[in-house]
Amino acid sequence: MAALSLERGLPHACAIGALEDQPRGLAGALLALKLRRRRQRLLWRAFRRRRELTPIADRTARIGAGDILGFACVRNETARLPHFLDHHRALGVRHFLFVDNASTDGTGALLADQPDVSLWHTPAGYKASRFGMDWLTWLLLRHGHGHWCLTLDADEILIYPYWQTRPLPALTDWLERQGRHSFGALILDLYPEGPVSQGKVAPGEDPLTHLSWFDAGNYQVQVQPRMRNLWIQGGARARAFFASEPRKAPTLNKIPLVRWHWRQAYVNSTHALLPAHLNEVYATDGGELTSGVLLHTKFLPGITERAAEEKVRGQHFGNAEQYAAYYDRLTADPILHCEASTRYTGWRQMEALGLMSRGGWI
Amino acid sequence: MTLGVVMLCHAALDRAAQLARHWASHGCPVVIHVDARAPMDQFEGLQSALADLPDIRFSRRSPCEWGTFGIVQATIDASTQMLAQFPQVSHVLLASGSCLPIRPVRALQAHLAQHPDTDFIESVTTADVGWTVGGLDEERFTLRFPFAWKRQRRLFDGYVALQRALRFRRRLPPGLVPHLGSQWWCLTRATLQAILSHPDRPALDRYFRRVWIPDESYFQSLVRQVSTRIESRSLTLSKFDYQGRPHVFYDDHLHLLRQTDAFLARKIWPKADLLYRTFLTLDGDRALAPEPNPGKINRLFAKAVERRVKGRPGLYMQSRFPTRARGGNQAAAPYGVFSGFVELFDDFQPWLARALDARVHGHLFAFDRAEFAGGESVFKGGLSDSPTLRDYNPRSFLTNLIWNTRGETQCFQFGPADEQAIASFMAGDPNAMIFVITGAFAVPLWRSGRSAAEVRAEAARLQKVESDFIALLNRPDARAGIRIWSLAEFVENPAEPLEQLVDLLNPRATHRVTDLPSLTPLQGFGAFLQDLRNQGMAPVLMGDFPADADLAQPHQAPSRPRIVR
Repeated sequence: MAALSLERGLPHACAIGALEDQPRGLAGALLALKLRRRRQRLLWRAFRRRRELTPIADRTARIGAGDILGFACVRNETARLPHFLDHHRALGVRHFLFVDNASTDGTGALLADQPDVSLWHTPAGYKASRFGMDWLTWLLLRHGHGHWCLTLDADEILIYPYWQTRPLPALTDWLERQGRHSFGALILDLYPEGPVSQGKVAPGEDPLTHLSWFDAGNYQVQVQPRMRNLWIQGGARARAFFASEPRKAPTLNKIPLVRWHWRQAYVNSTHALLPAHLNEVYATDGGELTSGVLLHTKFLPGITERAAEEKVRGQHFGNAEQYAAYYDRLTADPILHCEASTRYTGWRQMEALGLMSRGGWI
Repeated sequence: MTLGVVMLCHAALDRAAQLARHWASHGCPVVIHVDARAPMDQFEGLQSALADLPDIRFSRRSPCEWGTFGIVQATIDASTQMLAQFPQVSHVLLASGSCLPIRPVRALQAHLAQHPDTDFIESVTTADVGWTVGGLDEERFTLRFPFAWKRQRRLFDGYVALQRALRFRRRLPPGLVPHLGSQWWCLTRATLQAILSHPDRPALDRYFRRVWIPDESYFQSLVRQVSTRIESRSLTLSKFDYQGRPHVFYDDHLHLLRQTDAFLARKIWPKADLLYRTFLTLDGDRALAPEPNPGKINRLFAKAVERRVKGRPGLYMQSRFPTRARGGNQAAAPYGVFSGFVELFDDFQPWLARALDARVHGHLFAFDRAEFAGGESVFKGGLSDSPTLRDYNPRSFLTNLIWNTRGETQCFQFGPADEQAIASFMAGDPNAMIFVITGAFAVPLWRSGRSAAEVRAEAARLQKVESDFIALLNRPDARAGIRIWSLAEFVENPAEPLEQLVDLLNPRATHRVTDLPSLTPLQGFGAFLQDLRNQGMAPVLMGDFPADADLAQPHQAPSRPRIVR
């Protein structure tokens, strides 16, 4: 069947200037059918895994119509959570829905005490739950429908153009007026000036005072034509840890903010979701759409112990053995800063460097 | 003179209440129309919030769907009520629930008192209007639009296409000249009265019921028949994006709004507390810019449209990934690619850097590492010299390099011994300037001292790679600036090509280049080529290079300074 082979013939990823229009006709229909099946399977998985979640503090009755909701799956994040909550609360997230994956450092108690947090606990495997996405998909399905939902990791801080003066509802209003239901953001690895284990950041303190450096212009952009999702790699981690195997470098594009419908499902972390049209957070006509940055606070002091522990747990990558070298390098307390590093100064800098864009938003 | 305000509201009624109170407290009677689709409890809340103000009235509620006659009907109803119930009103301002007075109401009243007979309404003939989006301007009046654009888009589009196919045209009511303009106007009582009591109104209303977006044309057209003095501009600042949707003003626009010469601005984001707090103070004395500068606002909004529509060429990132046809094969700035030059001139790189005032890299695409200028291992922006990282996505590598160094011309060496994956991108890039001396790759082979027999296979391979590269450059879809010389051609008179390339890459050169790089002596190279031929290879790319060593060496006088401009 020619059409079938055409669909199979889609390249795995398209480099700059190589993106074609979506396949049409029979090939396009077959692809759409496959993606629909995949989406249904993801929803079914989430539905089956709902029993792994035990409610600790269910305050979802307080969610009002039109509230912006935050979703996250966390494990041992007492150091990061106070600032994480402060920042996103100030942006206008009205209610947080957390899954606590077997924390041992008091994360559960910290979250359960917050008046705007609903908390579920699970001791089950992170990897088996598609890195927490099955649980979050279930919560999104149950509580996210009709809301703008912000799905993050605890070490991610969302910024976007004008974020200090325009809270999230201004952004989501703007997106809706543009007819857009999803919002893309680039993960920006921030690192300190010295070895990553050095320094001290108190819980609740702005981690950016310590993590103030980043790589400004070494991001490799591709688009995967099947789901039309971006595949951006690069940054400090690709430069320092994956120079010999760049293909394995972490994916840095995310779609954290989505106007949720219960039929939607994240496919691979929050890098891509279905239906596929939500993945088109980029303009292909030469223009720019509005986008944001997720400031990644992974390299706070304590990262070295954490890397050693994650290596043993093997819960963070599909084939964890392949990433042993990565963990070993992290454990060895590397210095990521170099001559070419740039000091973070704010969103206008991100915009000027082309790491994010205000698009037509003024 | 008394100014009356007709307010059309549909959402954020708490803000509408605040605005109405502000108008009323400055002695302006207000008639509010609330969209019939707004919930009843919200409407009642608005009524009770304003119950203490006798000069605020509510008109009959009717549904106001965007783009339909409902909005005009609501305006007519409220205006009629205004004229009937407030006989002292001499001017009527049409505003919405998100129109914020950004200059003191007193200033607006003074302005109207100065121009007692002027109607402030933007009214432009369809032929001259430049701001309609979507290609519908004249057709707004000649086609029928029974379907709602927002809810029934397919029917809307289909019906438009059908009417076009059938060449359907509506007949315009006699005497009507279609004019378009901003929905928000300020008319004198006499003009408004004349429109509302127009003898043909029933027929006109029937006609306008099927016009698309009549709120931008009903009053704008009719005012031309009745008014004696029109100033065709709106007193309300209103900006639209490239799709024709109104821009929203936020708290951080405060400074900008102070520089406008308009009296009102819309739309204001309902949660822009600072704007409402600042502009709705009772005393009219607000920190307005002494000199209004509306040009600045226009420029800013024009730039935003450009950023959305054209983007920043050469930038590839998470929200800009153009297809090839839309600029997907282009770096951010002009750059030079040099093939075969370092092989002929030992000091080519420093010379080029001086002559062009540019950053000159070595072989960026060499197999073993990216040879950044100065031998750096991590270049600007964090680009690594690792060949695997580079070759994983060579297009990103090159576009990143050019983007990261905006403002400084980049040059690099490229040859058949390098990784070739980037070649097709460069050939198609209008910003690439590619200079090739074909066959120069043989010079290092010859200088290596190895015999022709030893290097024969290597020479044949390099020649093949270079031929492929040249074929790429000669394709009709190549968009780079390209100059190709054969080695023989080049060494005959090296000065001229060098002058050419300096002119091309740095047309406004400030530094005068007085020297030329010194050419490697080529005595014996012709004999080497003959040896290669004798070994069975056909070195063709070097051009017609004589086997006689003496003839092959050009007459060059490097000691004589030359001025390259």
